Amino acid sequence: MSARTVLHEADISRALTRIAHEILESNRGAENLVLLGIPTRGVTLAHRLGALISDIAQQTVPVGALDVTLFRDDLAKHPTRSPQPTEIPAGGVDGKTVVLVDDVLFSGRSIRAALDAIQSVGRPSIVRLAILVDRGHRELPIRPDFVGKNIPSARTERVNVRLVENDGSEEVTIGE
Amino acid sequence: MRHLLDTRTLDRASALRILDVAEDMSDTQSREVKKLPTLRGKTVVNLFFEDSTRTRISFEAAAKRLSADVINFAAKGSSVSKGESLKDTAQTLEAIGADAVVIRHPGSGAPQTLATSGWISAGVVNAGDGTHEHPTQALLDAFTIRKRRFGSDSRGRDLAGLRVVIVGDVLHSRVARSNVWLLTTLGAEVTVVAPPTLVPQNVSLWPIRVVYDLDEALAEGPDAVMMLRIQLERMNAAYFPTEREYSRRWGLDARRVAGLPDGSIVMHPGPMNRGLEISSEAADSPRSTVLEQVTNGVSVRMAVLYLLLAGERDDERGGDL
Repeated sequence: MSARTVLHEADISRALTRIAHEILESNRGAENLVLLGIPTRGVTLAHRLGALISDIAQQTVPVGALDVTLFRDDLAKHPTRSPQPTEIPAGGVDGKTVVLVDDVLFSGRSIRAALDAIQSVGRPSIVRLAILVDRGHRELPIRPDFVGKNIPSARTERVNVRLVENDGSEEVTIGE
Repeated sequence: MRHLLDTRTLDRASALRILDVAEDMSDTQSREVKKLPTLRGKTVVNLFFEDSTRTRISFEAAAKRLSADVINFAAKGSSVSKGESLKDTAQTLEAIGADAVVIRHPGSGAPQTLATSGWISAGVVNAGDGTHEHPTQALLDAFTIRKRRFGSDSRGRDLAGLRVVIVGDVLHSRVARSNVWLLTTLGAEVTVVAPPTLVPQNVSLWPIRVVYDLDEALAEGPDAVMMLRIQLERMNAAYFPTEREYSRRWGLDARRVAGLPDGSIVMHPGPMNRGLEISSEAADSPRSTVLEQVTNGVSVRMAVLYLLLAGERDDERGGDL
C-alpha cells in the first residue's frame, strides 16, 4: 500500500527546535533538566533535543535512555521482546525535572510503563512528556506536554518514523 | 523459547540472546528498586529431587525479582518419598497452575521427559539432571567470562578465540558437559584436564582437547580456568589414590595461580572443597570469580525465565526463541 509522507526532514527539524524552546520556556532554563529517551528512536530524539537545548541555553543537559520493556502490561500479547539497555546519566533523576522523549504517542501504554520504570531508578520532582508525533487513540489518561505534530490517523494505519541515525532516511509516513 | 533443557542443542543466536537479556537484567539489579513487575501473575515451581542450595535459591531469587510466585517442592519429605511417580507429581503441578517448572533430578533426561511427555503445558528449565547437563550454570559461566573480558561492552559478543581450561571430575560433571557445548558454540577453545579415570569414554566425540597434566595446560596461558568440584558423594570407586595426591597433581594452588597470565580468571561452580580441588589462596584471590558467578547466576536465570514466560505462549510453534 502507498504510504504518504506527513513530515519531511525540515519539518522534523523545525518541530524539534520548537520543542527544545518550549521545554526551556516551561522549565525556565536548563537547570535540573534530564532528558530520557525511550528506545529505540526516542533515544535518538532525546540526544538531538539535548544538543539543541544545550546550544540554546549554553548549558549541557544530561541525556539518557529508559527501557520500558520489563514494565509493559502487554508482554503476553506479543512475541517475546528483547529489552534494550537503560542508561541513566551520572547525576541520577532524584529531584530532577525528567522529560521523557518518544517518537510516536499511540495507546499510551509505553508511557505508563515508563512511569513505572522511572520509579525503579529514582524519584524525579517532575516528569514531562515530549513526543514527535501524536496520532491519537489513547487507551489511558496520558497526554503529552510537548508535541511535534498531531497527526489524526485511523487505528489500523501505520505511522512510521524514520530517523537518519536509525534508518538512514528522515521522514514520518502514514499508510495502511 | 519454550523450554531450556540443554546447551548441546542451543544455537549461537539463542545463546547470545539469553546472555544479552541477562546483561539487561544485571543492569536492573544495581538499581534502588531491584524488583520488576514483569512476570506478575506467573507461577514458577522449583521441583528439586536432589539436594541443592545455591541453584534453588538462585532460581527463587530470579523468579521473585521478576514478581513471579514461587513454589518450592523438595522431594525429601514430600509425596515423592511415599513413592509418587514423576508423572503424578507433574500433573499435580499442572493442576496447581504452574507456568514454569524448574527441575533438578538425579536421572539424566528427566527434564526432557517432563517437557516432551505431554503431562504438563508449563515451560521446563533443566536445573541439573544426573550426569547430563546443567545449562543455566554454563550460561552464567559464559556470562562471567564475557563480562570480565569485555566489561560494559559485552552485549552481542561471543567468546571467539578465548581459551578455557576445565579441570577435574569431568566424568560425573553435568557442569562440564554443558560448558563444553556452550563455550564451543560461542567460539571458545576448550581444554579438559583430568586424571584418566575421570575422563568419560566418549570424550573423543566432544569438540575439545584432553590433557592429563594440569601444569602443561596452564603453561599455555588460558583466559579462564574452571575448577570442578570433586563429587565425593559420587566417588563410589577408587578414581584416584588419595585426596592428597589429587590435590597435588590436579588442584589449583597459590603457585599455579601465580603462574597464570594477567587477566586470566579462576572459576568454580561451588560448593568448593577448599584444599582439595582448589586452595583457599586461589579461591580468595582477585582472579577468582566465584562470587561474581553467584551474582551473575541470578541475572542469567532472570533472563531464562523472562524468555520462557514473558511473551506470547508458542505451544504449537516449538522451541524457537
